[in-house]
Amino acid sequence: MNQIPKLRPGFRFQWEPVQNAHVLLYPEGMVKLNESASAILSEVNGESTVAEIVERLENRFPEAGALEGDVCEFLDDARQQHWIMMV
Amino acid sequence: MSQAQESRAQVGPPLWLLAEVTYRCPLQCPYCSNPLDFAQSDQELSTEQWVSVLRQGRAMGAAQLGFSGGEPLVRQDLPELIAEARLLGYYTNLITSGIGLNEAKVESFREAGLDHIQVSFQASDPELNNAVAGSRKAFEQKLAMARAVKDAGYPMVLNFVIHRHNIHQMEDIIDLCERLGADYVELATCQYYGWAFKNREGLMPSAAQLEVAEREVNARRQTLAEAGSAMKLIFVTPDYYEVRPKACMNGWGSLFLTVAPDGTALPCHSARLLPIEFPNVKDQSLKSIWYDSPGFNHYRGDSWMPEPCRSCDEKDRDFGGCRCQAYLLTGDADNADPVCDKSPHHDRILAARRAADHATAGLEELTYRNARNSRLFFRG
Repeated sequence: MNQIPKLRPGFRFQWEPVQNAHVLLYPEGMVKLNESASAILSEVNGESTVAEIVERLENRFPEAGALEGDVCEFLDDARQQHWIMMV
Repeated sequence: MSQAQESRAQVGPPLWLLAEVTYRCPLQCPYCSNPLDFAQSDQELSTEQWVSVLRQGRAMGAAQLGFSGGEPLVRQDLPELIAEARLLGYYTNLITSGIGLNEAKVESFREAGLDHIQVSFQASDPELNNAVAGSRKAFEQKLAMARAVKDAGYPMVLNFVIHRHNIHQMEDIIDLCERLGADYVELATCQYYGWAFKNREGLMPSAAQLEVAEREVNARRQTLAEAGSAMKLIFVTPDYYEVRPKACMNGWGSLFLTVAPDGTALPCHSARLLPIEFPNVKDQSLKSIWYDSPGFNHYRGDSWMPEPCRSCDEKDRDFGGCRCQAYLLTGDADNADPVCDKSPHHDRILAARRAADHATAGLEELTYRNARNSRLFFRG
């Protein structure tokens, strides 16, 4: 929870109006993200810890309840796909 | 709804824009995907015309942009085009041989907002690399530029076109990529279009060669995964050894839009060889080209399909394969891609495989991609 996730060099997270979605762009590739993945990645800034990201998301989405499990699961998956690194 | 509006509703945006800014290139690789008669097309779009293409493409939803060629570095306005592309919000890829690059350019492109530089190699050692590239100093330059790209903080993608003369080097190629710190390694077996089709017999690996290479790549993938390495090996196997065709370009006019150096808009970079009239960005908007032009609508959907594709339950998966391959191998681009073993022309693929088992041609017997050889193809 004290680890700091950051996007792998060469990866960019941005809003694409035509697709009406956030995407993750990388060398010659693009992933269209669903709403929860977008919400989590929008908080990944290379400075915040996982705990801080969870707290901010719980404040943003109070109706969603505890989010630690979902956030950790997504970040773990994103790390295995080498989208993000833990520093 | 008019017919044009109706088709527009079903067609998604061109998410991928490939800007082939020039056919000029200092190298002479005999598997180049450029058209055989490229030397006939010497009128390149101006900077302003390219900027307009980039703006129109971005407004339509294109997010990935490739600067390719030829060798894109020969365009003196490349830094300007990169800066414009980044400003528009593209993820900008430079696909280069590394020839003409230097450390100052690598840095200045970075400042202009370039996201990624892909450097191509021809082999893992200087002798073979330089023989294939038709250039004595290419390999050292490529090594130096790969290191410069890494030092500047770009993600590193190294591309090796694989054929019968370098397919035995898989282990050495992967070692080299590990030493250079590559993030992605594309081991792209030749696709037989353009110059590669002309030289197919001298390039296509045998089934036995391919089997060894696949085994080596798979073993290395496992070692890399066990070591927790982020280096990804992408092995593009030759479709001539498949029995179902590739879903070429994810469907005609579905995601990809290529603009050739003279402004001709194409659904893929090979489509120029087809007997179809393609529109030019000098004459009409990119939007009308993508959604309304006869060229781009020619093979959308499946109503154009003859048998065996028409009644095939896999037609939504592979779209009948590649139109260029159907044309090159059967003379009719409507036909099923002969890679498919349901195609009545599949024997042509089998014949090419048999030829690959017995091929003896050396590198020196290939037709190298240069302006002199290109002129032979349109002067007859």
